[in-house]
Amino acid sequence: MRRIPPAFWFLAPALLPIALFFGVPVIGALGLSFTDFDIYALGDSSRLRVVGAGNYGRLLEDPLFWTALRNTLYFVLLGGVLSVAVSLGAALLVNHRRVRCKGFFRSVYFMPVVTTLVAVAVVWRYLYHPRYGLLNYALGFFGIDPIDWLGDPRWAMPAIILMAIWKNFGFNMIIFIAGLQNIPERLYEAATLDGANGWQQFRYITLPMLAPTFLFVALITMIGYFQLFAEPYVMTQGGPSNSTLSVVLLMYQEGFRWWNMGYAAAVAFVLFALILAASLLQLRLRSAS
Amino acid sequence: MVCHLSGCRDAASRDVLVELWAVGREGEIVQQLMPEFERRHPGVRVKVQQVPWTAAHEKLLTAYAGDAMPDVFQLGNTWIPEFVALNAIDRLDERTSRAERAGFDDFFPGILETNRVQAALYGLPWYVDTRLLFYRKDILAAAGHAEPPRNWDTWLQAMEHIKQRLGSGHYAILLPINEWQMPVILALQLNAELLRDNACYGNFRSAAFRRAFSFYLELFRRQLAPAVGETQIANLYQEFANGYFSMYVTGPWNIGEFSRRLPDSVQDAWATAPLPSPDERYPGLSLAGGASLAIARTSRHKEMAWRLIEYLTAPEQQLKFYQLTGDLPTRRTAWQDAALPANARVKAFWTQLQAVASPPKIPEWERIASKIAHYAERAVRGDVSEEEALRRLDEEVDRILEKRRWLLQTAQ
Repeated sequence: MRRIPPAFWFLAPALLPIALFFGVPVIGALGLSFTDFDIYALGDSSRLRVVGAGNYGRLLEDPLFWTALRNTLYFVLLGGVLSVAVSLGAALLVNHRRVRCKGFFRSVYFMPVVTTLVAVAVVWRYLYHPRYGLLNYALGFFGIDPIDWLGDPRWAMPAIILMAIWKNFGFNMIIFIAGLQNIPERLYEAATLDGANGWQQFRYITLPMLAPTFLFVALITMIGYFQLFAEPYVMTQGGPSNSTLSVVLLMYQEGFRWWNMGYAAAVAFVLFALILAASLLQLRLRSAS
Repeated sequence: MVCHLSGCRDAASRDVLVELWAVGREGEIVQQLMPEFERRHPGVRVKVQQVPWTAAHEKLLTAYAGDAMPDVFQLGNTWIPEFVALNAIDRLDERTSRAERAGFDDFFPGILETNRVQAALYGLPWYVDTRLLFYRKDILAAAGHAEPPRNWDTWLQAMEHIKQRLGSGHYAILLPINEWQMPVILALQLNAELLRDNACYGNFRSAAFRRAFSFYLELFRRQLAPAVGETQIANLYQEFANGYFSMYVTGPWNIGEFSRRLPDSVQDAWATAPLPSPDERYPGLSLAGGASLAIARTSRHKEMAWRLIEYLTAPEQQLKFYQLTGDLPTRRTAWQDAALPANARVKAFWTQLQAVASPPKIPEWERIASKIAHYAERAVRGDVSEEEALRRLDEEVDRILEKRRWLLQTAQ
C-alpha cells in the first residue's frame, strides 16, 4: 500500500463533513433524478419506477422548462452584464481621488447587500405599484404613461433585474475597489506624463490591470445569477404568465409544491451542467485572449 | 397538601399530549376552545401549532416524509385525496359508531362528500368555504336590476348595463385572472366532466367545458372584467367602494372583511347572492370548499385525536368558532342554533351550500388546477387562442396523469 500523504490527514476533518453532508446528498439526488419519485412513491416505495433518462427527456419537451431557461438567460445576460457595469462604475466613483467620505459611500452602497431580501421586496413592490408607486409617479413627470411593472409580462423581468442590481451591486463594488487599489499609482503617473487622457488611462491601464478581478467578478455573478430564486419567489411567485419563472423556481415548485422529486432533481442537474459549461467557456475565453 | 399544590405529582409527564396543527388565523383562535376540551378530558393536554396557509401544504408533506406528523391536523378538503394516496391519514368511518355516523347527516352533504375518497370517510368538515356573488346593490339597481341575476343571460345583461352606465375605467366584475376557480365553477354548472375515463385523461375540449371557457373569456373580451391578477389590485376594498368593479365572486371570509374595511358610505350598499345558473335551476353550483380535520396514521393517541375532532365539529363549538372567526359552520344544526340564516348576507351562503360540487378527487388535482389557471390566464391575455389553450391544457393534464394511469393499470 502506498503511503497516504500527511496532507490528507490534516484535511480530513474538513473533508469528511463535506463528503457526508454534501457529497452523499448530491449522489442521492443524482440517483433520484433517474426515478419518478413523487407523492405516490413517498407513500409506498413499490410505486417507484426507475425511468432512466426519462426525466431528462421529459424536461426537454416541457414548455415550462424552456420558458424558465429563457427567463433565466435573460436575467443572467442583461442583469449580469448591467450588474458588473454598475459595480465597476460605482467602484471607480467611490475610489476616485477627489471623492471625500469614501468610507461613507462604500457603506451606503453596500447596505442593500446586507438588507433582508424580503424587506427589500416589500418596499420595491410599493415603488413598482402601477397606480400609487413612486416610480410611475416619477415617470409621469416625463409624460410617460404608468407601467404595470410587476403585472405586465413584458415588464416583470426588467423590474426584477432592476431590483436585483440595486440589491447586489455593492458586493462586486467592494471587490472592484480592492482590485483598483492594487494598481500601482506610478502607472497612472507615467501615463499622465506621456499625455494620456482619462479615457485612455482607463482603457489601457485600469481595464487590463483589473482583468483577474473582472474574471472573478464575472464568474461569481454569473453563477449567482443563474440561481435566481428569491427575488421572483417573494415578488411575483414566477408570474405574471410565468414571465419571471426561473429554473431554480421551477425546481422548487416541482420538488416542494408538487413533490415530483425525481423531476426536480433532473432540473437541478441540468442547471448544474449549464453553469459548469458557462463557467468553462468563460475561463477558456479569458485564457485565449 | 403542599406537595399537591406545588405540583410534585408531576402531572405534566403523565398527561396525554395531543398535537393539533391548525392553519392561518384559525390556528390562533382555536386555542381559545382548548381549555374546555382539556376540562372535559382530565389528563389530556392539547398542543396547538399554528401554520401559515402559504406553507401548510409543504409543511404537512415534509412532516410526513420526516415522520413528524401531529395527531390531528387541519387540511384543505381538496388535499384529502393526496394524503389518502400517501397513506398518511386514518379512515374515520371505521372508528365511529353507527350512532355517530348517523349524526354525520347533519353536515352539508356536498361538503361532507369532499371528505370521502372511494366511499371511505377520511376527514370531518370543520368550516365551509364556498364562493358566491358579492355585489353593489346600489350600482346594480341604478343599472336597472333590482334583483341579483339568477341565470347567465340576466347576469351578462346586468354586467353590460353596469358597464354602459359607469363607462371605461370601471368594470362590472372582478375575476382575478390567475385563479382557476371561476372557469371550473362555470364548467361544473354545465355538468362538464373535467377528466375522462376514470380521471385518467384531461377532458377540457368537451362541449360543456368549451362553453364554460368561452363564457369566461367573453367577460374579458367585452371588457366587463379587467385582465388583472389578484396581486395587482392594491386595495380590493377601496376599489369595490370606488365602483372600480361592482361584483366579485368570493368566499365567506370576506363578509367580515367587507364589514370592517369598506367605508361607511357603502356599508348598506353591498349584498351577497348565490351564483347564477346556466339553466332554470337556481342557485347555480359552486365549489364545495372548506377545511377539514383528519387523524394522522402515525398518531399514538388516535382515540383522543378522534375525541378532539368530534369536539371541534360539534354544533356547540362550531357556533362559538363562528362567533370568534366568522367561519361558517359545516353542520346545519349549528346554523339553526345561531339563527344564522336570519342574517341576509349569510343567508345567501346557506342557499348556496345546498348546491355545491367538488372537483375531481384525485391527488393530482391541485396541479391540474394550476394548469387550468395558467392556460386561462394566457387565453385572457391573448397569448394563445381559445382552441390552442384547451388543446395544450389537455396535453399537459394527460402528462400529469401518466402515473395514475400506470398505477391503475398495474392494480388490475
